Amino acid sequence: MAPADGRPMDVTNYILRRVLTSAVLMIIISMVTFGVFFMVPKLAGTNPAELYVGKQATPADVAATARKLGLDQPVTVQYARFAKGLVAGRDFDDGPNKTHCDAPCFGYSFRNDRPVWPLLLDRLPVTISLAIGAAIIWLIGGVLAGVISALRRGGALDRTVMVLALAGVSLPIYFTGLLAQLVFVHTLHWLPGGEYVNFADDPAGWAGKLFLGWVTLALLYAATYARLTRAQMLETVGEDYIRTARAKGLRERTVIAKHAMRSVLTPIVTIFGLDIGSLLGGAILTESVFGLPGIGRLSIDAVNTKDLPVVLGVTLFGALFIVLANFIVDLLYAVIDPRVRLG
Amino acid sequence: MTVGPVTSPTETQPAEETPAVPGTVIEGRSLGRIAWTRLKRDRVALAGGITVFLLILVAILAPLINKAFGHPVNEYHQDKIDPNLGGIPPVGTWGGISSDFLLGVQPVTGRDLFSQVIYGAQTSLLIAFAATLLAVAIGIVVGVSAGFFGGWLDSLFSRFMDLILAFPLILFAIALISVLPPTRAFRTAVMIVVIGGFSWPYIGRIVRGQTLSLREREFVESARSIGASNFRIIFKELLPNLAAPILVYSTLIIPTNILFEAALSFLGVGVPPPTPSWGRLLSDAVQFYEYDPMYMFVPGMAIFITVLAFNLFGDGLRDALDPKANR
Repeated sequence: MAPADGRPMDVTNYILRRVLTSAVLMIIISMVTFGVFFMVPKLAGTNPAELYVGKQATPADVAATARKLGLDQPVTVQYARFAKGLVAGRDFDDGPNKTHCDAPCFGYSFRNDRPVWPLLLDRLPVTISLAIGAAIIWLIGGVLAGVISALRRGGALDRTVMVLALAGVSLPIYFTGLLAQLVFVHTLHWLPGGEYVNFADDPAGWAGKLFLGWVTLALLYAATYARLTRAQMLETVGEDYIRTARAKGLRERTVIAKHAMRSVLTPIVTIFGLDIGSLLGGAILTESVFGLPGIGRLSIDAVNTKDLPVVLGVTLFGALFIVLANFIVDLLYAVIDPRVRLG
Repeated sequence: MTVGPVTSPTETQPAEETPAVPGTVIEGRSLGRIAWTRLKRDRVALAGGITVFLLILVAILAPLINKAFGHPVNEYHQDKIDPNLGGIPPVGTWGGISSDFLLGVQPVTGRDLFSQVIYGAQTSLLIAFAATLLAVAIGIVVGVSAGFFGGWLDSLFSRFMDLILAFPLILFAIALISVLPPTRAFRTAVMIVVIGGFSWPYIGRIVRGQTLSLREREFVESARSIGASNFRIIFKELLPNLAAPILVYSTLIIPTNILFEAALSFLGVGVPPPTPSWGRLLSDAVQFYEYDPMYMFVPGMAIFITVLAFNLFGDGLRDALDPKANR
């Protein structure tokens, strides 16, 4: 065990190690993703430049794009340029017109005639609105359901919650989403259909449009969280320290809420971080079912129009969120569980 | 149904791993037997197992079942739909359900939805099973090598698994699949590789963890002391004891893989038409569900029932094979 005066050093060390690991992970992911997008079209016998410009392009367009993107260069050179663009910005130059792409340059979409980064930023608020709203519901609902289930183990409530949870994880969102829309939007007319509106323009319309997305997405995750919380709680209440807490005369409520919850929350924090991280990188299915113009929708549209720079950009952006989420989870871990810092 | 790996009674079994509560160790009965006894008592899991069995039968016997109750998969029945309603089946017929068309017909084409669903089961289960098999194979190889040999190999493989789990899964999959040629056989193979290639770390982590603890056990030590080779220890001592967790977690990733396949098809990067697929039926239904909800409901329920059955069975199997349980 480290002495008290050694503690700050340990924490700094721990954080530094995590920063380094995350950075390395991000670099590897970007290399792999870039490599795959470079190699795969080649293996499949298509000219990557054709994919970048689309089917209607003339051979001259293709050649210009190839030159502009440096697709005639080896993959290492291309990756180096891409990486440089991410940190310092880069210029796309095809002779007659030059396009500058500010840092962080995730690539340039010829479909939209815009760099990828602002496209991502445009869509990000929608995805954040969806993910955060759903996360609040599922975190509270799932953990609460799991705790109550565990405390009433074997009872009718426990069994009902667990059956619902199992049904919840077995229901794909592209089915529940459509069902919910059919009932609440088209049949009962309780919620508005139509386009997504910004929070700033019309808060009620914003919430109305997102509501079903929040609930169906939350249902899916709450089911997983309830199961995990229940299992974790059942394991924890069997531990010696819980018996000790009870033995020294603490109220049951304090034992559960203060002593047991701390260890129950550790795995919850882990998967919560990963889940929110991957959702922020684009909730593809939910966004397509509810017609929400978020990052996931951007990616699907880009795939359908073969807008490869956008596809690559979104994939990397998504990976960035997951790595970032992992990093934050590791930091939170150190706060929740002091053993981590010293290990 | 055979359940569980039956390790030879002479070997130390996971069932004896935690003899914490006196009297829970049942001697003279193999884990497989104990599991089967428990599973028979768990009616929910049994129902799941039977449903799984029936679904597999349906997928295998799809051509026969379809001959008896359906119509040729891609036969159009334009008389069953109403062009005045934009091509949906007549109102009040519940999506065109009749004694002839058990689950109704598809809008616009009038194809038999029953045949689509039956053959969709084939597509779904084929891809999910093949992907799971691939995942299990890679997971075992990587997990056992990482856990058994340890050292730098373990670090390398563990980091590699972290890396794969950190990938934005669906994003990457749709992006990758969309740049490849969309022929049926090729797409099917690519989907199997992509789904299997992303799900193996789940198996790999479990196998690694189990191997790490098994490797220190007395029976492995005794095998080593009498001069058994690594090869022999892995195949004769470790793998039989890994069979139970591998079986459980394979059963539990099958439903995930079914959902993954359906999601890819829903997003338009699944097996190409006209091969039936539940996910694509649902994505087709998006334009019609307001007026013809049955068209959405049928494939949706097919996915739900299948995934639920696998989850129930897998959960029951896990409880039945859990050495800590003493029910």
